[in-house]
Amino acid sequence: MTSTPIRTEQASGAFAARLRVFVNRRASWIPVFAALAILIAMFVGAQLYFGNFLTPRLVSSLLLDNAYLLILAVGMTFVILTGGIDLSVGSVLAFTGIMCARLLSEGVPTGVVIPIMILSGAGIGLLIAVLVQFFDVQPFIASLAGMFLARGLAFVVSLSSIKVEDPAILWLQSTRFQVGGWYITPTGIIALLVVLAAALVLQFTRFGRTIYAIGGNEQSARLMGLPVVRTKILAYVISGTCAGLAGVVFAAYTGSGYPLNGVGTELDTIAAVVIGGTLLTGGSGYVLGSMIGVFVYGTIKGVISFLGAEQSWTRITIGVLLLIFVVVQRFIITRSRRR
Amino acid sequence: MKRVVKHRLFWPIAALVALVAVNTISRPAFLSVTVQDGQFYGSVIDILRNSAPLMLVALGMTIVISTRGIDLSVGALMAVSGAVSLTIIEASPDPENLGVVLVAIGAGVLTTLFLGAWNGFLVAVLGIQPIIATLVLMLAGRGIALLVTGGFITTINSTPYQFMAQGSVFGLPFAFYVSIAAVAIVALVERRTALGVLTEAVGINPEASRLAGVRSRGIVWGAYAASGVLAGFAGILYSSNIMAADANAAGLYIELDAILAVVLGGTSLAGGKFSLAGTVIGVFTIQTLKSTITFLGVPPAVSPVFMAAVVIVVVLVQSRRVREGFARIGKALSRTPSQTRPDAEVAS
Amino acid sequence: MPTDTEVQPVVEMRGITIQFPGVLALDAVDFTLRAGEVHTLMGENGAGKSTLIKALTGVYPIDGGTITVAGESRIFRGTADAQTAGISTVYQEINLCTNLSVGENVMLGHEVRTLGRIDWRATHREAERYLETLGVRIDTHSLLGSHSIAVQQLVAISRAMVTDCTVLVLDEPTSSLDRGEVDQLFRVIRDLRDRGVAILFVTHFLDQVYEVSDRITVLRNGKLVGEYAASELSRGDLIAHMIGRALDDLAALSDTSRRQIDRESVPVLRAIGVGRKGVIEPVDLDVFEGEVVGIAGLLGSGRTELVRLVYGADRADSGRFEVDGGPARITTPRNAIDHRIAFSSENRREEGIIGDLTVAENIVLGIQARRGWLRKISHSEQSAIVSEYMTALDVRPADPNRAVRNLSGGNQQKVLLARWLATAPELIILDEPTRGIDVGAKADIQRKVADLSAQGLAVIFISSELEEVLRLAQRVVVMRDRRIIGELTSADIEVDDVIDFIAHQGQESMA
Repeated sequence: MTSTPIRTEQASGAFAARLRVFVNRRASWIPVFAALAILIAMFVGAQLYFGNFLTPRLVSSLLLDNAYLLILAVGMTFVILTGGIDLSVGSVLAFTGIMCARLLSEGVPTGVVIPIMILSGAGIGLLIAVLVQFFDVQPFIASLAGMFLARGLAFVVSLSSIKVEDPAILWLQSTRFQVGGWYITPTGIIALLVVLAAALVLQFTRFGRTIYAIGGNEQSARLMGLPVVRTKILAYVISGTCAGLAGVVFAAYTGSGYPLNGVGTELDTIAAVVIGGTLLTGGSGYVLGSMIGVFVYGTIKGVISFLGAEQSWTRITIGVLLLIFVVVQRFIITRSRRR
Repeated sequence: MKRVVKHRLFWPIAALVALVAVNTISRPAFLSVTVQDGQFYGSVIDILRNSAPLMLVALGMTIVISTRGIDLSVGALMAVSGAVSLTIIEASPDPENLGVVLVAIGAGVLTTLFLGAWNGFLVAVLGIQPIIATLVLMLAGRGIALLVTGGFITTINSTPYQFMAQGSVFGLPFAFYVSIAAVAIVALVERRTALGVLTEAVGINPEASRLAGVRSRGIVWGAYAASGVLAGFAGILYSSNIMAADANAAGLYIELDAILAVVLGGTSLAGGKFSLAGTVIGVFTIQTLKSTITFLGVPPAVSPVFMAAVVIVVVLVQSRRVREGFARIGKALSRTPSQTRPDAEVAS
Repeated sequence: MPTDTEVQPVVEMRGITIQFPGVLALDAVDFTLRAGEVHTLMGENGAGKSTLIKALTGVYPIDGGTITVAGESRIFRGTADAQTAGISTVYQEINLCTNLSVGENVMLGHEVRTLGRIDWRATHREAERYLETLGVRIDTHSLLGSHSIAVQQLVAISRAMVTDCTVLVLDEPTSSLDRGEVDQLFRVIRDLRDRGVAILFVTHFLDQVYEVSDRITVLRNGKLVGEYAASELSRGDLIAHMIGRALDDLAALSDTSRRQIDRESVPVLRAIGVGRKGVIEPVDLDVFEGEVVGIAGLLGSGRTELVRLVYGADRADSGRFEVDGGPARITTPRNAIDHRIAFSSENRREEGIIGDLTVAENIVLGIQARRGWLRKISHSEQSAIVSEYMTALDVRPADPNRAVRNLSGGNQQKVLLARWLATAPELIILDEPTRGIDVGAKADIQRKVADLSAQGLAVIFISSELEEVLRLAQRVVVMRDRRIIGELTSADIEVDDVIDFIAHQGQESMA
């Protein structure tokens, strides 16, 4: 029995060695740290510039205003981790939102409406998954079909906005749990719980690890005997479910359902996820990173409104940031491939 | 007969003819054309005019898709070109001057040419996935357009500019002539020169093309630049129609319509051989579909549902699995043994 | 190392037949694998090695014959079936997930769980344990992608241990390893063998075969040639079994190899110290006008890799080129084309034909690419060129508007040849131009090459069929294990001499 151990190179010096171990273990965390650094830099910069930016009220409102986006981003992370994409989330959010408003206005009890919303989101996700998995349709096209479908269905439900007057739903948004100047709403709690649940699933369940494996190398995952088909389908269903849930949250946030909601929101979601350090090619990324990405988005929106500038700047800045991230990701990939 | 059916334009043409037939049956007035003050009027004329922006964008999209790429930014580019040219006209002391109008149009198109070239740079040189590369401009482009117009919807009064979308020549809409010109120019460039074949080669087999000495980088770059130029002209037409630069509404979702038109026309999303004629048919089909939906009284906002259905049907038809399924049924009916290894390579 | 013939073999494959459209890939092949042995499967391209492996690992269904594993008859409907039967495979591409940690890769799908939740500490400990049994001690938390291919391979092998395999299939495991890593791998293999695992090993590195094998099975053209004990099979016999004899119906070309070449003049191409790290050791190569230089060697010796460097398809990181006496920079195919070098790849389908384009479009592609997109070749010009070459090479069917992918392999190869000849090159590189095509087409192509070289075209010719090489080339460069080991003048030698040369030349210099 041979006992020649195989060790990886040791760099000279203890610190360099520990750094190397860290990089080898946690390379996929680096983009997340980059996003965090950007977020902190923005906070600091805004505080220095405006002087009154970092108030408990404003930071709390970050979560309040973007809870829906946070939930969407979690769902999108699952799909992108498998190497796919879901363009339907904005339209599904609108569809479930307007349907919620309509059903409530017709007297259907809240306890029935909310599950219906979440299930319809899951249903559209399932449709997309079937197209991708069983008919070899590219995720882009399949989710495009889903987007068209959901948007059209939203208008079928109603051509104009419908107010939500149900006390249970409104309670989700209007209640504030306060500690000093900080507050959090039930919608915020829901969003954070979703993030937590997703993080635990991705880290501690076989399903979650299969998601990463598929994103890393789907062929290998299949050859290793992992349930690839089932997992990919579930990823899209999760994305749809999150979109449905986000619809509830958004309806609570705006107090109404509106079929034109969420136009372009899928792009914001993708941008947040990518900025948060998830690679579009799949297999690398964390929901915590996506959360940071959402906060980056929210902060940019906040800074822009503080500046009194037009909201159009938000999309431009996000676009530029996304570009930088993608180009840098590309360089990292090419460099690591040359090894 | 089999030859006709197998021609790749057969199904697109059949679909369009069927659509026209359905329309004519439900409203016999559909095909009728009246003349008033030397101008033609009618549903068909409307389709010819309204399809012009989509035609331009879809032509560019065809070339880009042929290189195995995609251009999601065309809608945003339309907004940009409209914003740029209208801003120039608005700022000019003489908006009726033809020269000013031509300069404004030139500036708008030049801007989108540059933006298209930027897309091409990202894809051809940096090697970024086309979806993401063009997604950036899709996000940022409308913002840029809003910046150009200062956040407002710029409106102008300019007869020469208005003429493009609303005027007519020999009774037919000027916009239609623009469509024809675009199709003619693109067809000439792609088929009279070797560009079309080389582009197809790059899309069908990038590696073999590289080894054969084809300059793939330049070809891909050029495809995106061309898409940018065409989107620019489309944006001019759109803003001419409403005499305003509406950065949020210009070309909204047109990229999706364009992709659909290209796919309907028989060009595969996987790249390679493309058909300009197919795209033209696809554009008219979509425009007719939209007209049908409006006529049926369906609110235009709901039309995406029909589009979704069309997308699903088209991709299913193009999907190998469905075709294999039909083939299997066909074979079972004619009782011949089928091969079970469709992609088997020669053993090594 | 016991090979008791009374012990029942772990795997028995009898009469295995697999038919692909138009090709009989395996023809009633028998194969036996015993516990505690390293059994190497050998054969050239098209021999059926990888098809047999894929039948065993459940990738391909079989059309005839039986597979018995541990005494039980089995039908594999997929890779999962084979895995359940105890057969684990480590492929050449190392099918693991480089974005996950080492430990996770070892245990993926079998992680230690408490109440449904993965216990990472325990999982990594298990992974460490499995790696330890192979003598591998690395940080299981590190990313798999941060390790060399050699280490990744060992991780793949330890994963096979986790799934409790009785049969380990190693498909070309040493292609990317250096000497030290190969030694390490072989130590692990021998250890596993001593523990009773049956190991099926596929490689074409001749020296390695003898280092590690107990038995050798040779396939040729889909048929079983024989099963031998490694200690009883000489190198020469092994190579002869693999290469075999092809019918010689081109006696008329025997003069070609004797043609006198003026080697005093400036060579058309000179490569000096050209190499690429990890792919080809630096080599020198000269090719003269009107000369056919053959490159001989077994699969994996580096012939294709070398000519790809010469063409600029891959970038050399050492050495330089001279074309017609003047310095030349060849880093991309365009550079080579500008210097009038042409290259016909051995991988027709992926690197040669543009399948959906017509025969005519494929033929003029080379000229068109060089002219640029603006100056389109006129229809009349195209017709003239296309019909000239289609007649000269006898391309069938004679319809220039047919999509090239609908042609037979032989005719596709002719179309490729036509494409390159139409560009009037000074040097043409032909990599396995006669592989997988019918006898008639083979003869046509060889005749054409002989004619053209007589007219002054310089040719580099690679073929696994040594008869062809000796027939056409005046000079044969021999390669083995990624280096040139010598040169032979073809006029004086036979196939056996080349085989001998490959087997024994430079033996002493092998460290």
